[in-house]
Amino acid sequence: MDAILLQILNGLDKGSAYALIALGLTLIFGTLGVVNFAHGAIFMIGAFCAVTLSRLLSLSHPSAEPTGTDFLGNPKFDDVLYVNEWFGETAGAFIIDWSVPLAILFAIPIMVAVGFIMERGLIKHFYKRPHADQILVTFGLAIVLQEVIKYFYGANPIPTPAPEVFRGSFDFGVLLGFEANAIIYPYWRMVYFAFALVLITAVFGFLQFTTFGMVVRAGMADRETVGLLGINIDKRFTIMFAIAACVAGLAGVMYTPINSPNYHMGMDFLVLSFVVVVVGGMGSLPGAVLAGFLLGILESFASMPVMTSLIPGINQIIIYLVAIVVLLTRPRGLMGRRGVMEE
Amino acid sequence: MLGLQAKDFRLLLIVVAMTMLAPFILNPFPVNSAMAQFNAGYPDLMQRFVIFGIFAIGFNILFGLTGYLSFGHAAFLGVGSYAGVWMLKLLTMNVVPAILLSVIVAGLFSVIVGYVSLRRSGIYFSILTLAFAQMSFALAYSVLTPLTNGETGLQLSLDDPRVLGVTQVDGTIPAPHLFGASMRASYDLVLGGWQFTFNVGYYLSAVVLVLAFYLAIRIFRSPFGLMLRAVKSNQQRMSYTGLNLKPYMLAAFVISGMYAGLAGGLMVAMDPLAGAERMQWTASGEVVLMTILGGAGTLIGPVLGAGFIKYFENIFSKINDTVLHQWFGFMPDGLEDVVVFIVHPFIGKGWHLTLGLLFMLVVIFLPGGLVQGGQKIGGLFRRKAPADDSATRKQPAE
Repeated sequence: MDAILLQILNGLDKGSAYALIALGLTLIFGTLGVVNFAHGAIFMIGAFCAVTLSRLLSLSHPSAEPTGTDFLGNPKFDDVLYVNEWFGETAGAFIIDWSVPLAILFAIPIMVAVGFIMERGLIKHFYKRPHADQILVTFGLAIVLQEVIKYFYGANPIPTPAPEVFRGSFDFGVLLGFEANAIIYPYWRMVYFAFALVLITAVFGFLQFTTFGMVVRAGMADRETVGLLGINIDKRFTIMFAIAACVAGLAGVMYTPINSPNYHMGMDFLVLSFVVVVVGGMGSLPGAVLAGFLLGILESFASMPVMTSLIPGINQIIIYLVAIVVLLTRPRGLMGRRGVMEE
Repeated sequence: MLGLQAKDFRLLLIVVAMTMLAPFILNPFPVNSAMAQFNAGYPDLMQRFVIFGIFAIGFNILFGLTGYLSFGHAAFLGVGSYAGVWMLKLLTMNVVPAILLSVIVAGLFSVIVGYVSLRRSGIYFSILTLAFAQMSFALAYSVLTPLTNGETGLQLSLDDPRVLGVTQVDGTIPAPHLFGASMRASYDLVLGGWQFTFNVGYYLSAVVLVLAFYLAIRIFRSPFGLMLRAVKSNQQRMSYTGLNLKPYMLAAFVISGMYAGLAGGLMVAMDPLAGAERMQWTASGEVVLMTILGGAGTLIGPVLGAGFIKYFENIFSKINDTVLHQWFGFMPDGLEDVVVFIVHPFIGKGWHLTLGLLFMLVVIFLPGGLVQGGQKIGGLFRRKAPADDSATRKQPAE
């Protein structure tokens, strides 16, 4: 029992990441009808926003006054962090400690800009082209973005720790009456899960309860008619693309403490996120979220020792297997609608 | 000639000439000249040209004719490689059985993958093939380690039980051979400052390429090829006429998979090892790049694309800052540094960046690839528009 609970918990954080990326992919697909292979790269750029911020915060300059003498008797100049100088020692230390959550604020404008440039500069020209062309050009873009990041940050993963408070683990087992240390779960993963829920709720709320969201949903259903009503649907779709980029980027920012970012993390997640989208049903937002969590949990179940000893390697292929079975038995995915990308 | 139209026969002759004279064509610079680094006439690279050419020709039969974009084709190449190495390990160092088994195993595997994947089309087909390829990659890396030797990759060893051959020759592993002619044997022809290398392995692959190319022409021009092209232009209409498309599609998929297996087998014949990374989806992406870059749906395009990518991959990765400084040495110092600084990210390890950019530019501006580019340039010089290859024409009139 406790093992099962533990696996469900373990699956949640990966599932959250899948769900967030898949949500963005579905938003883009549903609104613009474009299959975006560069979405994983956006996730990666988000993660590197966090890296960049933590590097910016640790910029320093040598102090003007000597702070003491070194062992040779020469005056010694300590490095002074700019943040400490501007905000004082305690506040400075706090800011550096909280660099990952702060990176959310830093990443939002960047991700919006990235999404905007991508849509206006490139993807706009591909609406009328076949899906194969869209896949190919975004695939090329993904390679380029990945290589640019590799050029500036190197090929090694860059550890970016969570704030001090969240570094421990929470003992769930005690809460539910199990023995101590039976089910322990890192705080940051809980934070990530909560964050994902908030983000998903925000996106759904935005689409459901605002006039803007209503127009976008109408546009997803029938773009032409909405256009004929005199609404500039293209502009709104561009904004939706930026929002989708933002969702993926923030998912990347918050994921950095769980998995140190490297330049190919985007590609790794992208393949799986596509599978998630297909399982959930192309064009269905709730389907993407549901399938994201489901597959995340399934994956962690499959990596239990009991399962791997029963069917070796099952943890490596479970997601793909599920995708193949779903595509063949329920071609529209779990929650796909009729008429969306049927063939 | 050979059942080909005059135009196709000319194309075949060009390919024959290109492959057979490759050691001369690719080595235009004397060995000791500064330009020698642009020579590509050494066996290893020439082998790669033709092997990837075969791979791309096969991919083009599926993608170019039917428009079905498979994102998992490298899996067949990988499976073929593993099969080939096992044949070399267990049976004989003669490459013929190894290559044959590669083709057969890849063909069988593509029957399974194709049967399942072809039930869907469009983006779903791409994702299904991608899923299959990633699955094979993951399995090759982990569970199938006894068969694939996991991360290290499958290699020959000193105590392989070769039933029809020898286990060791003087304490070393024997080289793969074709009825006695070692794949690694080369003949160097030195003419003045030039040196041309003729390698057995290369010529074997080149002959296979020519055969593969001939077969591809026949498929393109056959009623079967016409059927596949009809699938690309309007699948629905084909179904409405009451035709069962499935056997045709599956046949195309399997042929294409067998081409990939052939490439894998040849790869093993040249260098007897196989690794899981050959099956990764980036490798599948590479063959897509080659085909698109050269010109999908054209006969010669994929071969050109494969050669182009492999050539520049090799050349670009070799250039470093010192070479750049030599090149731009004629400029004033400040300007030289600026130019080198700008070019720097695109060379050496930055080759993938260049490739990605190039690929995007081709997809955006030149969807017909290099072949279309060539036709456009040719069209500028000729008065009359060049006779359009029917394969490159996009959508028929509705």
